[in-house]
Amino acid sequence: MTTEALVRVAFTVNGAPYDLEVPARRLLSDALRHDLRLTGTHVGCEHGVCGACTVLVDGAPIRSCLVFAVSLEGAAITTVEGCRNAEGGMGPVQQAFQECHALQCGFCTPGFITTVTAYLEDHPAPTAAEAREAISGNLCRCTGYQNIVAAVQRAAEIKWGEGA
Amino acid sequence: MKPSPFSYHRPRTVEEAVELLGALGEEGKVLAGGQSLVPLMSMRLAAPAHLVDVNHIPELDTVAVTAAGVRVGATARHARVEKDAAAYDAAPLLRQGLVNVAHPTIRNRGTTVGSLVHADPSAEMPAVLALLGGSVELRSTAGSREVAAADFFVGPMESALRPGELAVAATFHRPPPRSGSAFVELARRHGDYALCGVAALVTTDHDGAVTTARVALISVGPVPVVVDVGAAVHGTGTAFDTERLAGLLDAAIDPEADIHATAEYRRHLAHVLAARALTEAHEHAGPTRDERAS
Ligand SMILES: Cc1cc2nc3c(=O)[nH]c(=O)nc-3n(C[C@H](O)[C@H](O)[C@H](O)COP(=O)(O)OP(=O)(O)OC[C@H]3O[C@@H](n4cnc5c(N)ncnc54)[C@H](O)[C@@H]3O)c2cc1C
Ligand code: FES
Ligand code: FES
Repeated sequence: MTTEALVRVAFTVNGAPYDLEVPARRLLSDALRHDLRLTGTHVGCEHGVCGACTVLVDGAPIRSCLVFAVSLEGAAITTVEGCRNAEGGMGPVQQAFQECHALQCGFCTPGFITTVTAYLEDHPAPTAAEAREAISGNLCRCTGYQNIVAAVQRAAEIKWGEGA
Repeated sequence: MKPSPFSYHRPRTVEEAVELLGALGEEGKVLAGGQSLVPLMSMRLAAPAHLVDVNHIPELDTVAVTAAGVRVGATARHARVEKDAAAYDAAPLLRQGLVNVAHPTIRNRGTTVGSLVHADPSAEMPAVLALLGGSVELRSTAGSREVAAADFFVGPMESALRPGELAVAATFHRPPPRSGSAFVELARRHGDYALCGVAALVTTDHDGAVTTARVALISVGPVPVVVDVGAAVHGTGTAFDTERLAGLLDAAIDPEADIHATAEYRRHLAHVLAARALTEAHEHAGPTRDERAS
C-alpha cells in the first residue's frame, strides 16, 4: 500500500493557530480529536444527523463530520473547549447546563453547547418554543430535552445580564 | 464510516476550477458544501478519485437581486440566501422553501446551487426553481451554457450537469406582480426530507381574484412535478375546488412506496398539502407596493 499524500492546511482552533498536514479525506471531527487531541468534540452518527460533532466555523455552527479539514483553510474554529468564559471557567451555556441538570451521559452535550453558544449571540431572550426550535437539530438519548430547553433560557439570562 | 482516499484540489478562481474539471473529466467531482457528498463518501456510496473544492473561490460567493430575479452563486450557503432581505423581497418562495431544508446547522454549510445539482427528488430548492422558472449557468473549458429550469432536472439525483462542468450560479425568476407563494411539507421528524412537499405560486388580478395558480411537488416523482392547477380555481376566483385539484394532481404525480410511507399516503398528502399551500399563497398575493401606495 502506498502512503496517502498529505495536504497542508492552516486554521485556528479556539484562537490558537495550527498548521497541519493531513490526508485530504480527514474529516474535521477526526482532525480535532486525533490530530489535535481536542476530544471534547464527540462523534455519533458521522453522517450529519445527530449533531454531537457540531463546532463553530467563523461563529456559525456546522457539523464537523461533514467537512474535510483541508477545506477549512483560513477558518476560525471554535469547539466546546473554546466555549468557556474569559477566566477559563465554565461559559454561560456550560454553567446553565450544570445548573439545570441538562446532561446525563454527556455524549450529546458538546454539540448542544456549541449550537446554543452561537444561537444566543443573536437571540438574547428565547421563549421555550424558540429554544426547542434552536436545538431541533441535536439529538439526546438521555434527558428527554426538558432540562436542555430550560438550560437554553437560563444561559440567555446568564449571558445577557439578569442573574449572572 | 470514513471516506476512501482522493486527491484534493483547491482552485482560487473559476477559470482554474474549470481547467481542473476539464482535465479530470469523469474522475473529478466538485466539492461545495459537502452536506450531501461527504455523507455519501463516508458511507462509501461515492468514491470520487479527485475533489475540486470550490469553497475558496470568492467570485462564487454571491447573492444578487436584479430586475429579472435572484442570482445565487455556487458557494452561497442556504443560510445566506434564506436571510437575504432583498432576495426575500424579490422572491419570497426562496426563504419559504429554505426554512424546510434540513436544520439551520446544515444550512450554514450546504449551498443552494449544490442542492440543485444534486437533484434529490425530495429536495425543496429544485421545486422552487422549477416553479419560479429560471436557469442554471454551467461553465466548462468549452464555454458557458445556460440550462432552463424545465430542462435541468433529468431524473432522481441526476441533473443536466456534464462531467467537466461547474455550475457557477442559478437564477430564480421574480414572480409577476400581485403574486403570492407558500411552501408546505410533511416530514417524519423536524428537518428530515419530506414525505411530500408542495410549493405554490398564485397570481391575482386587481380585485384579488386568482388568475393563475401553479404548484411544484416533491417526493412524488423522479423530479419536481410542476402542475398548472388554474382549472381548479372556483369561478369567483377566491377558492379552490379540492376535488378538481386532486384530479389534476393525480394525473401528474407518480408517488412510490418506501419504508417511510405508502404511495397512497403520499398521494393523500399531495392533495391536502397542495390545497393548503394554494390557500396560503393566495393569502400572500396582494396589491403591489405601488398599488398600495396609491
Ligand atoms: C442531516 C441532513 C439533512 C438534510 N435534509 C435536507 C432536506 O430536508 N432538504 C434538502 O433539500 N436537502 C437536505 N440536505 C442536503 C443539503 O441541503 C445539501 O446541502 C445539498 O443537497 C447539497 O449542497 P452542498 O453544497 O452540500 O453540495 P455537496 O454535498 O458539496 O455536493 C452535492 C453534489 O452536487 C455536486 N455539486 C455541488 N455544487 C456543484 C457545483 N457548483 N457545480 C457542479 N457540481 C456541484 C457535487 O459534485 C455532488 O455531486 C440534508 C443534509 C443533511 C446532512
Ligand atoms: S457525528 Fe456529526 S452529526 Fe452525528
Ligand atoms: S445526555 Fe446522554 S445523549 Fe444527551
